[in-house]
Amino acid sequence: MAQTATPTTALPVSRPVSTVASKKRQEAITGLTFIAPALIILLVFMVVPLIAAGYFSLTNWDGIRPLTRGIISEENPNGAYEFVGLENYERLLIREGSRQEGFFTALKNTIYYVLGVVPVQTFLALTLAVIVNQRFLKAKGFFRTAFYFPSITSSVVISLIFMWLFTSNGLVNLALKAIFPDYQQVTWLNDPNGIIHNFLGLFGITRRSVGDWASLEIASIRLWDWISGPSVTMLMIMILNTWTTTGTLMVIYLAALQNIPSHVYEAAYVDGANAWQIFRKITVPLLRPTTFFVVTIGLIGTFQVFDQIFVISNGGPADTTLTIAYLVYASGFTDTRMGQAAATAVLLFIIIFTFTLIQRRFVSERADV
Amino acid sequence: MTTAALPVHEQPPFWRIVRRILPIVSMTVLIIFALLQILPFVFTVANSFKCLPAIAAEPQAFIPVPPFGVSCVSPEGRVLPADATTGTVTFNPSTEGYQEVFAANLGRWAFNTAVYSVVIMLLRLAFDSLAGYALARLKFPGNRLIFFVILGTLMIPSVVLLIPRFIILRQLGWLNTYQGVIITLAADAFGIFLMKQFFESIPDEIEEAAQVDGANRFVMFFRIVLPMATPALTALAIFSFQGQWNNFMDALIIVGGNPSLYNLPLGLATLRGASGETLRWHQFLAGSVITTLPLAIIFFIFQRYFVEGVTYSGLKG
Repeated sequence: MAQTATPTTALPVSRPVSTVASKKRQEAITGLTFIAPALIILLVFMVVPLIAAGYFSLTNWDGIRPLTRGIISEENPNGAYEFVGLENYERLLIREGSRQEGFFTALKNTIYYVLGVVPVQTFLALTLAVIVNQRFLKAKGFFRTAFYFPSITSSVVISLIFMWLFTSNGLVNLALKAIFPDYQQVTWLNDPNGIIHNFLGLFGITRRSVGDWASLEIASIRLWDWISGPSVTMLMIMILNTWTTTGTLMVIYLAALQNIPSHVYEAAYVDGANAWQIFRKITVPLLRPTTFFVVTIGLIGTFQVFDQIFVISNGGPADTTLTIAYLVYASGFTDTRMGQAAATAVLLFIIIFTFTLIQRRFVSERADV
Repeated sequence: MTTAALPVHEQPPFWRIVRRILPIVSMTVLIIFALLQILPFVFTVANSFKCLPAIAAEPQAFIPVPPFGVSCVSPEGRVLPADATTGTVTFNPSTEGYQEVFAANLGRWAFNTAVYSVVIMLLRLAFDSLAGYALARLKFPGNRLIFFVILGTLMIPSVVLLIPRFIILRQLGWLNTYQGVIITLAADAFGIFLMKQFFESIPDEIEEAAQVDGANRFVMFFRIVLPMATPALTALAIFSFQGQWNNFMDALIIVGGNPSLYNLPLGLATLRGASGETLRWHQFLAGSVITTLPLAIIFFIFQRYFVEGVTYSGLKG
C-alpha cells in the first residue's frame, strides 16, 4: 500500500485498510514527486529558455545590460532593451545589404555542409555495416571497435587533430604527395575557393566566361558564389565530420542488420535471388526505419555544426565556413546583439524542423512503394 | 550477406567470380577504413611525445626520436641533447607538450571535467529513472501532458538553446559557477525515455507482489525496481558521462568567463584560440591525449554498453 510520500523503510503493517480513492491519491502524489525534479529542470532550462528566445528575438537587447532595468520607455530611458517587432528577422532575411548580417552566407555554407555530409556518411555507414555483417567475415568485433572509437572522443580533440593532419606540411599533404607525385600542395586550412568553382576552373569555366548571369546577385550573394560549392576549408571540416560520425551510424546499421531474421534471406535464396537482388529488394527496404533514423539524426547534427568551426576556422576564410550555428554565437557574444542572435536561433530551429518533416514525408512515401 | 545462393555449378560465371573475390575485396575495404579511423590517433600519441620542431620536421615518425636533425629547445632555452640520437634509433621522448599544458592549468580542467561528468551522471541516474518510472507505471494528473512536454524537449536542437540558456543562467546569477553547469544538465529527455522504455519492458507482477507485502512505492522503487534496471542504468551512465566529458558548447556559454572552471574541451579550445600565428601543436596533441585517455579506458572496459547505448539512441554528445 502506498502510504506516505516520504521514503521510509518501516513497513506499514497495521494501517487501516485504505479506500480505492485514497490509494489513487497516494499514487498521484508519488507520481508527481517522482517526476518533479526532472520536469522542473527541463522546464527551467529548456522550455522557458526557448520561449525566452522567441521573446528576445523581438527586441534589441545586447546581452549585457541587466534585464532588471526593464523595457526602455520615456519614463525608463535606462532600460535594458526595447521592442523592435520583426526588425531582427527583416534584417536577416530581407533588408538590402543583408550580406553584413551573414545569414544567407551562413545558410549557403550550412546547406552545402549538410548536403555533402549526410548522404556520404549514410552511404558509407550502410556499406561498411553490410560488409562487416557478412557471415564469412572474421574479427567483426575488431572492426566494430575500430569504426566506433572516433565517436567517443571530444569534438574539440578531433578538430585539433584534424587541423594538425591538414596543415600545409602535415600528414595528409605528405601522404598525398607520396601517392600522387605531381600533387599540388593544398592549403586546406585557409582556402576560400569553392570546390565546384575549382573543378569548373579546370575546364576553363569561370564566372567571367559563363556570361553576365553569374554576376547577378540574389540576397547580396553573386549567383556564381551560390553555385561554387563549399570552400576547400569547409570540405576539410566536412571530411572531419564524416570521419567521426560514420562509425556511430555504422554501429546502428549493424544492429539493425543483425535483427533481420535469417529465414527472410533463406526464402530469397530458395527463390534464386542473387546477392545484389537480395540487398536491393530485401535488406534496403527492411532497413528503411533505420535509414530514416540515421538521416534524421544526421540532419539535426549537421545543421548544428559549431564546435569544429569554433576550433578550426572561426567562420573564415572569407566567411566560407560561417555556419548558422556559429553565426548565432558570433552575433550574440562577439557582436553583443543578443536580440538578433535569438532571431537567428529561431530561424535555425524552423529550418531544422522543416527539413525533418520533409525528410519524414519523403521516406514514408518511399516506404509505400 | 552470403552469396551461397545456388550450388556453384548452377551459378552464372559472373557470380562465381564475384563469390570468389568478394571476401578479399571486403577485407581490403574494411582494413583501409579501419586504418583511416585508427591512424590519426596513433600519430597523435606518437607526436605528443615530440617537441614542436620535431613535430613539424617529421610528423610521420612513429617512434619519438628527437631531434630529427632539428634541435628541440625547451621553453627555458635549454637545448635538448641532439647528439644522442643521430644515426641510431634511440627512444628519447620529449614531454614538453605535457609539461606545458599542465603549466597552463590542464590539471584543474581535468578535475572540473571529472566533477561535472560524475555529478551530472549521478543526478541523471536518479532524476531520469524516477521520472521514467513515474511515466511508465504511475497514474497522476497531467501525465499525458508532461509526457508530451518531455518528448518535445527532445526535439529542441542544443544550438538553439545557446542564447536562451545564457539568458536564464544570467538571471539566476549562475553564470561561471559549478551549479550553473551541473543543475542545467541534471536531467535529460533521452535518459527519461530510455528508463521509461526499460520499466515498461519488465513485468509488473513483481511490484504487485511487493505491494501486497505492504512495501510503499519509494521503498519498492529503490529496493526492487532499480536493482532490476542495472543494464539500462549502465547504458545511461556511460552515455551521460561521455557526453559531459566532451561537452564543449555548454561549458563555453556557462563557464566561459572563468578559466578556473573550464572543462578539458573548453580549455583546449581556449589554448588554441590564444596561440595566434604559431600553433603550439605539441601542447594541443598532449592535451588531446590526456582528454581522450580516460574515455578510451572506459570504452575498452564497457565496450558492450557503448554499442548498446548507441543502438538505443544514436545520439552523441
